[in-house]
Amino acid sequence: MAIEFGYTISKPRAIDIDRNNLRKSDEILREMPELQTCIGCGSCTAVCTAGNLTSFNFRRVHTLVRRGEYRGAYEEMNKCMLCGKCRLVCPRGINTRGVVLLLKRKLGDF
Amino acid sequence: MKKVIVIGGGAAGMQAALRLRARGVEPLVVERETETGGKLRGWHVLFPSFTPAGELLSELRRRVRESGIEVLTGATVTAIAPRRVTLSDGRCLACDAVVLATGFTLFDARIKEEYGYGIYDNVVTSADLERMFAQGRVAKADGTAPRRIAFLHCVGSRDEKVCQQHCSRVCCITGVKQAMELRRMFPAADVFNFYMDMRMFGPGYEELYREAQQRCNIHFVRGRISEASPTIDGRLQIKAEDTLTGRPLRMSVDMLVLLVGMRANDDNAALAASAGLARSASGFMAPRDLFLGRVSAPVEGIFYAGTVTAPKTLGETLDEATAAADAAAEYLKA
Ligand code: SF4
Ligand code: SF4
Ligand code: SF4
Repeated sequence: MAIEFGYTISKPRAIDIDRNNLRKSDEILREMPELQTCIGCGSCTAVCTAGNLTSFNFRRVHTLVRRGEYRGAYEEMNKCMLCGKCRLVCPRGINTRGVVLLLKRKLGDF
Repeated sequence: MKKVIVIGGGAAGMQAALRLRARGVEPLVVERETETGGKLRGWHVLFPSFTPAGELLSELRRRVRESGIEVLTGATVTAIAPRRVTLSDGRCLACDAVVLATGFTLFDARIKEEYGYGIYDNVVTSADLERMFAQGRVAKADGTAPRRIAFLHCVGSRDEKVCQQHCSRVCCITGVKQAMELRRMFPAADVFNFYMDMRMFGPGYEELYREAQQRCNIHFVRGRISEASPTIDGRLQIKAEDTLTGRPLRMSVDMLVLLVGMRANDDNAALAASAGLARSASGFMAPRDLFLGRVSAPVEGIFYAGTVTAPKTLGETLDEATAAADAAAEYLKA
């Protein structure tokens, strides 16, 4: 039985670039360099079918992935219905639906 | 022939003098330093085209020389009036009008102590980096190549804490340009730009930003670095919020580049007082009208060219110098 000390230790919330392994994200960005042109406008999230019904935030998840934060990204991407509306609105012309598929292909292990 | 004193021998002053001469007026350029060129002397290549700054500088100087324009160097102006300019050595120069083209002052990065400029190694300003580019050698203090570099936008701009509320306009695009140059120099290095807003207002700027993102793999993180501190292995630890993910972010870097802003010259206050001119909240000279009198002072016979009224790009500065000279020439005709 675990001993109860009367407090818990919170996991640090900070993104630590020194500790994160950026190899995976480099690999993703090499396959789709256009993802780096994201200007964080949030149009993709604004139109997102899944995002309007669940806590799914496509912009936030792919930004986290670019910082080497992969945990949970695959599961999040499973919420996407691949409707493709995000791709219609992205002002940078990013194939956002393609990003969803790429993240699912690359991040299954995380 | 009517005579106009142009105060300041930088890009604005030289261009204004050239235009005055072309309009049949006799200009006299009064420059504080021992040579003309102003801030252009410290720059290596210019955004967004990567044109060598030296090309523009030598072309302007050549034209000034060939037009036989008189240049008085090493002369500091302490007071102005439409028909008289007073120097610090007590001399009074008579004229028929004055063009004020005294430019700006670079923000002193030491004032933002939390970034450690002048305290830790490998914290440099955009102006320092430009000098390093010009010398053809960028390296850490120990002579090695940096592997991770961070740029911080808005140092000494948009910051109540240092009494500089304005945006300096040119530092965003300078940060993009310099980040690209560093990536070219150190292909294995990671470059991060920490920005508050990306202000890509000029022709070709947004295109360059996009190229920096897509082709040069520069990481743009929205958030202001709060502080830098040295690590035990001689690197710099920086902290910020990655505001687009809502999470604190930290990392160590080998070099921190501070994109220092443009601030108003300290002597604007004395010059304004001497001629009864107004200044804007951030200390730059206030033009007569923001639409129809952009190059004129509220006092007849005094004109403004370039960054003495607000931060501007070189292109805007050169255009404005032409406009100021034209306005002065028209004024003298009347
Ligand atoms: S494709 Fe997926 S991420 Fe894009 S709008 Fe549709 S559900 Fe949202
Ligand atoms: S719409 Fe495009 S540019 Fe805007 S946040 Fe989404 S991916 Fe980025
Ligand atoms: S141009 Fe960019 S870096 Fe410079 S003050 Fe304005 S927002 Fe900040």
